[in-house]
Amino acid sequence: MAKLHDTPMLDELEKGPWPSFVTDIKKLAEAGNEPCADLLGQLELSYKDKEGHWKHGGIVGVLGYGGGVIGRYSDVPELFPGVEHFHTLRVNQPASKFYKTERLREVTEIWDRRGSGMLNMHGSTGDMVLLGAFTEELEPIFAELTQKGWDLGGSGSALRTPSCCVGKARCEYACIDTQDICYNLTMEFQDEMHRPAWPYKFKFKVDGCPNCCVASLARSDCAIIGTWRDDIRIDQEKVAAYVAGDIAANGGGHGLDDKVDIKADVIDLCPTGCMFYEDGKLTINNAECTRCMHCINVMPQALRPGLDKGASILIGAKAPILDGAQMGSLIIPFIKMEEPYDEFKEFVEKMWDWWDENGKNRERIGECIQRLGLSAFIEACDLDPIPQMVKEPRSNPYIFYKEDEVPGGFERDISDYRKKHAR
Amino acid sequence: MAEIVANKLTDIGPPKYDEMWPEVIKKNYGKWLYHEILEPGVLVHVSETGDKVWSLRCAATRLMTTMHLENICKIADQFGGGFFRFTTRNNVEFIIDDESKLEPLKKALADNGQLPLGGTGASVTNIVHTQGWVHCHTPAIDASGVVKAVMDELFDYFNSHKLPAQVRISLACCLNMCGAVHCSDISILGVHRKPPVIEHSHLDKMCEIPTTIAACPTAAIKPAKVDDFKSVAVNADRCMFCGNCYTMCPAMPLADAEGDGIALWVGGKVSNSKSMPMFSKLAVPYIPNEPPRWPTTVDTIKKIVEVYAGDAMKYERVGEWAQRIGWEKFFEKTGIEFSHHHIDDYRFAATTWRTSTQFKW
Repeated sequence: MAKLHDTPMLDELEKGPWPSFVTDIKKLAEAGNEPCADLLGQLELSYKDKEGHWKHGGIVGVLGYGGGVIGRYSDVPELFPGVEHFHTLRVNQPASKFYKTERLREVTEIWDRRGSGMLNMHGSTGDMVLLGAFTEELEPIFAELTQKGWDLGGSGSALRTPSCCVGKARCEYACIDTQDICYNLTMEFQDEMHRPAWPYKFKFKVDGCPNCCVASLARSDCAIIGTWRDDIRIDQEKVAAYVAGDIAANGGGHGLDDKVDIKADVIDLCPTGCMFYEDGKLTINNAECTRCMHCINVMPQALRPGLDKGASILIGAKAPILDGAQMGSLIIPFIKMEEPYDEFKEFVEKMWDWWDENGKNRERIGECIQRLGLSAFIEACDLDPIPQMVKEPRSNPYIFYKEDEVPGGFERDISDYRKKHAR
Repeated sequence: MAEIVANKLTDIGPPKYDEMWPEVIKKNYGKWLYHEILEPGVLVHVSETGDKVWSLRCAATRLMTTMHLENICKIADQFGGGFFRFTTRNNVEFIIDDESKLEPLKKALADNGQLPLGGTGASVTNIVHTQGWVHCHTPAIDASGVVKAVMDELFDYFNSHKLPAQVRISLACCLNMCGAVHCSDISILGVHRKPPVIEHSHLDKMCEIPTTIAACPTAAIKPAKVDDFKSVAVNADRCMFCGNCYTMCPAMPLADAEGDGIALWVGGKVSNSKSMPMFSKLAVPYIPNEPPRWPTTVDTIKKIVEVYAGDAMKYERVGEWAQRIGWEKFFEKTGIEFSHHHIDDYRFAATTWRTSTQFKW
């Protein structure tokens, strides 16, 4: 039977309408789960001390992989022996996080038997995170997981587990097969994911449209974002129905009673001013449209993305550490993303080669591009510079010309110069 | 056990996605025409085949037990044919293709008591967050507890559609930002405020001194000999408390009950809708750690949400609102104090200074 600790501070988190993780963990602790009881005990101590109580790191793992397991040890194990070891295993989630309960129970059954019974659904990168295992259980857990058809995700200086939005499985906006792209890249790059060999981590995220529900352009080194390059499809009858107030605005996002004011909500909010509503007809100057999604979001039954679909690729997003947060920069404005995605993978290999060659220890690709320049990066990827890659051209005059760009090269003789120009 | 381990496989990858789909999703893949949110937390998607699916979105705690997950599975077995999904913001979605199951499923969720409906449309949806004191070794704050306290207070905004637009809140418990909170409408960030305390007697044994020095983004660390120990010295004036050195060197912890706490950031977004994606900007540099319910943090966030809700135009995200009214007005309307910490002094700081005579009083 697990020893239950007094947790007066955590008990305060059992109140209120939002689901309580304390109540949940307590129930499993009361059922006899020692790691749950001791986790609450140690967390209560952290609440008192206002400091965490986990040691720094710990090199643990499973044979054959360089990642997927994060070592963690309590710094007060004598008080809380049930969490003396509290290693996590990242289990690669199915793309876009649909689950068949029968399959998910394969994981929870193993985890109940060999681990703490606590987990994250899901970690920030997208994996299921099994939270709290003892070292001796890591290999058996890994072996049992793989025998059931589940594998570990990425950690360390490796490809991290790719993730994607719900995509075509249940979203009318999806311009690309987010789940297939995510799965295909995951399978193609298993070695890169399981055996860290790079300067630092690398993340792929796949968003089906520019609404970016998985935050790819803020959170992934390589953001694959669905888009289109022909015209927005318009159903004029449905436009009229929206104007008449027969269909709720914004897919009901402001309530089913909320009506579209086509001028205020659509025409005036279009960032490029490319929409017109005259004589009961909506027209779009598609050449001016930047495909921001706003009008489609407001009137999803009347407007749909075009039919010539593909993806925009943005490179280099990351959180602050080390040199500051970055968003992805547009490198490929449009690429067809069709299985087996060879054109995209060729680009990926070039990008990784350049980063592998040039990246410093713990330098994300975005920081490496900042240090060496966007031009160096696009040249390494065999891409031509185009205005779409920048918001505006440079405003400083410090242009780095290469010698072969200037007639006659850089080698000159000072005496030739002096023949014409007195000292 | 030896046999189990001997039979292990490697590099098999995750289960294929379509194995996890209910029949109606398989049949209508790529055929969805439009969706409508019937009430907070309840969406219907309509396919060109005429099929409809109803998705019931419920709050989940990202940190959960197998016991709670089993309860979710049982509901999915009973109503969803044994299928369900999680969203990218830690919500659970039960998916049904039969409208007659809608009310019974809503009742089952209400009976469960831990799966409130909401998080759709112009709401505050679930908070994306990190591990905090539950698992991480570098946190300045807890994660799950702060999230619980904030969402209890904002619960009315979770299960309603009364905001000008969606409000995305994220939490990261240190500057590593595993939660990538740098582009959220409201970000809760754990911050340290004291330079690392150096364990000179053990540093050389636990850390590589050159990589520790190289880890510092401001070059504040240099080699030093202290009491005959090979160690390092930190120039406190240059330290911005990022914790990079601690990541590389366990002999340089930063955590401190009085130093650590919360910074609040506002106005970021990742969507390309209307305006370009934006970084979150500093609203409050520091709020002390106040476990178990972080009242100052909770009250400040509620204040920001309420002022935004009352002042922003329809469809305007927090950042778009602040840009339109001007940040000087953001501070005036929210009553948040502006200090020298709000003025950027890191790289490219000058790009944030006002280079115009245009401003508001």
